[in-house]
Amino acid sequence: MSAYRDKDPLIHGIQSKIRVVPNFPKPGIMFQDITTLLLDPKAFKDTVDLFVERYKGKNISVVAGIEARGFIFGPPIALEIGAKFVPLRKPKKLPGKVISEEYVLEYGKDCLEMHVGAVEPGERALVVDDLIATGGTLCAAMQLLERVGAEVVECACVIELPDLKGRERLNGKPLYVLVESR
Amino acid sequence: MFAGDQNGLQGDPRLKAISEAIRVVPHFPKPGIMFQDITTLLLDHKAFKDTVDIFVDRYRDMGISVVAGVEARGFMFGPSIALAIGAKFVPLRKPRKLPGEVISEAYVLEYGMDCLEMHVGAVQPGERTLVIDDLVATGGTLSAAIRLLERAGAQVVECACVVGLREVKGQHGLNGKPLYILVEPRQQINCSAPPVNGVETCRHDDLILGGNFGSPVNTTSKSD
Repeated sequence: MSAYRDKDPLIHGIQSKIRVVPNFPKPGIMFQDITTLLLDPKAFKDTVDLFVERYKGKNISVVAGIEARGFIFGPPIALEIGAKFVPLRKPKKLPGKVISEEYVLEYGKDCLEMHVGAVEPGERALVVDDLIATGGTLCAAMQLLERVGAEVVECACVIELPDLKGRERLNGKPLYVLVESR
Repeated sequence: MFAGDQNGLQGDPRLKAISEAIRVVPHFPKPGIMFQDITTLLLDHKAFKDTVDIFVDRYRDMGISVVAGVEARGFMFGPSIALAIGAKFVPLRKPRKLPGEVISEAYVLEYGMDCLEMHVGAVQPGERTLVIDDLVATGGTLSAAIRLLERAGAQVVECACVVGLREVKGQHGLNGKPLYILVEPRQQINCSAPPVNGVETCRHDDLILGGNFGSPVNTTSKSD
């Protein structure tokens, strides 16, 4: 589901603040840069508020954010809705005991880790990242949470690249985005 | 400067709860280092909120228009503070993460060097800025962050960290900038080495930071 039909003026404001950087990180990729959104306090606040409005009062006790840009949006949402924030990190960053989930990249593999004990069975969780492309990372994130018995309520991203069909990789879990970029 | 030294926050029970919410993980990322793990603080909604609120209360009336957060754990605290005080958030990142034009600042690690980058144009000359990270060890990373902001013409008002020692030792200092810290690192191990001529041979910061006693360069426990 996308927010844009319901909240047009706010969404338009948010979308206009996202900078597109051509050929980053490699030729042919039009990189959706959210750092320019963070430079506009009102637009950044509107972004967070839209997510908070959707998730407040839904008994969500966990907001899991994907390293590193999920760390920018996730904690403000978690704080506002009364949830804990759980960082999902690249390998060897989290100290202590972790569980790992491997996922496939265009070339090769990567891995996402979560602390053992961060999330209890039965907790209702949200997964947050700045953008969904192919959905590989979000899928790995959901796997981590489900492996510890949490219920992934929804995945939430600022931006979706619908042409990459990431939505279809979420094992039927709903996806909520603010902006679509084709 | 420690939050608990100040009028109004002395004996504040929030600080005790914040300290206790931080988990100490021994021998991470390498033997001898008592890693101050703030992820357990993030699991405690009240303590996490109190952490942000204490920083917000301090900075909201200081005319700060930029909160710069050091990757990656600075990202967990900085944006909430920025949103509450109406400032922009500027991520300071490892090399090649930020797209487009950047400025880079190299800094020294125990072995080798690392680099911090900021977007060109993120910060305007004269802007009053805050630098935020979860922890300060030797101050090398924070010093690089300060240099980036000053190269762009900004004024660094203060550096803010959740955890840090009373004295930032090591060769970096903070370029004379004030440092505001909420809590000290916890659970230093007891030193088993005997005193020499009556003088303690294990220093507090060596135990926390894992430094080699007597070496000229302090080890940093600062990872990202």
